[in-house]
Amino acid sequence: MAVISRGFHGRARDQGRELPPGQYETTGFPVLSAGPTPAVSLDDWEFTVRSETGVRHRWNWQELMSLPSETPTVDIHCVTKWSKFGTRWQGVSLDVLLAGVESGAEYALVRSYGDYTTNLPVEDLLDGKAWIAYRYDDEELPAEHGGPARLLVPHLYLWKSAKWVRGIQLLDEEERGFWETVGYHDYGDPWREQRYQGD
Amino acid sequence: MARAAVPGRLGARLRWLEARLTGRHDESDTARTLVFDVPGWPGHLPGQHLDVRLTAADGYSTQRSYSIASAPDGERVELTVERIDDGEVSPYLVDVLEVGDVIELRGPVGGWFVWRPDEQKEPVLLVAGGSGIVPLMAMIRTRRALSDRVPFRLVYSLRSPRSQWFVPDLRTQDPGLDKTFLYSRSAPEGWPRPPGRVTANDLSAGGWPPDFEPVCYVCGSTGFVETAAGLLVALGHDPRRIRTERFGPGG
Repeated sequence: MAVISRGFHGRARDQGRELPPGQYETTGFPVLSAGPTPAVSLDDWEFTVRSETGVRHRWNWQELMSLPSETPTVDIHCVTKWSKFGTRWQGVSLDVLLAGVESGAEYALVRSYGDYTTNLPVEDLLDGKAWIAYRYDDEELPAEHGGPARLLVPHLYLWKSAKWVRGIQLLDEEERGFWETVGYHDYGDPWREQRYQGD
Repeated sequence: MARAAVPGRLGARLRWLEARLTGRHDESDTARTLVFDVPGWPGHLPGQHLDVRLTAADGYSTQRSYSIASAPDGERVELTVERIDDGEVSPYLVDVLEVGDVIELRGPVGGWFVWRPDEQKEPVLLVAGGSGIVPLMAMIRTRRALSDRVPFRLVYSLRSPRSQWFVPDLRTQDPGLDKTFLYSRSAPEGWPRPPGRVTANDLSAGGWPPDFEPVCYVCGSTGFVETAAGLLVALGHDPRRIRTERFGPGG
């Protein structure tokens, strides 16, 4: 039973678009990172998928650029309460990157330059739901937003969309990532308001 | 930023709790500290934040996150909130909420941007930009409450002397806490440093040498944190020992 806040009226309700519970709309693009923004040179950049049997698949920057890309326009939802509608990205679908990877693993642990990690089920990376994104709003992805490339999984809270992505480890058993280890939800569905462990 | 470096609170679901405002005072022209009594508050670590939920009479509700300003103190929790003029929640908290009113809180949240006095014995550098002082103040207050001897240094960048928060608290002499104030727009008369943004020299003079291996906590706006954290890396601090928290707009 919610407590009514005396004298609180809130903003005019936007009837046009639905927000997940507890979220508000922002038109800016706030930045949240646990540490300094790493500087990643494109010459050294590499993206690795390692299967549960230890087989590695690697792409350097030129190889990533040579893959067919998509330009998804998606809504994004940050666990710190802001949502942003209609963000425009360009990137390579994980369907393309995982197509040649032999794996029956159910879980993924995503790793970043700067050692950030996050976990999610493999099925949430497939079927047009996730990209390795390298352009935002028709520009190169700025470093503070995860450039040169970040994971984009917009149907989950944005901490799952690891910035500065470096690789994905496919696992038979779920392993918790950085925020998940300190109390954030293992799955993070904004529509079910899965912010913290136990939600 | 090693994985599992900080064991966190796991398990039981965080419940919404009723919080009654028991006191409030101004910190500046635009910011106010709110003191709540929160029956059932599970305690917190300095640096953690909490979620606030407001509900209108028609059932509309909205949430925001705020850093906790106070040291752990039973069921007493303090927030310091800056009024964002076109904000939805902060003008309510700063201007409308009165002593005796009840809102809902849930927390504490976050296990990375925290200082754990029982485990952390290395020196600490706190770098605050404007309202970013709030979680760092909780760390200073916790250190004081425990009479902890871990050496602290604070570098607090603010627009002008008038925009300083926690003035009486920061006037208190804490043995082993060194404070440096940087003014970006206007400095007090006779202040040795001309007004300006934070520089490598400020963080070198007001901080610790990198080989002391301090933990650095940097909090403020995105621009401030990007600058200050980048300067610390350039000075030779290990990025894994630099913890950041960025205060975005939207309050």
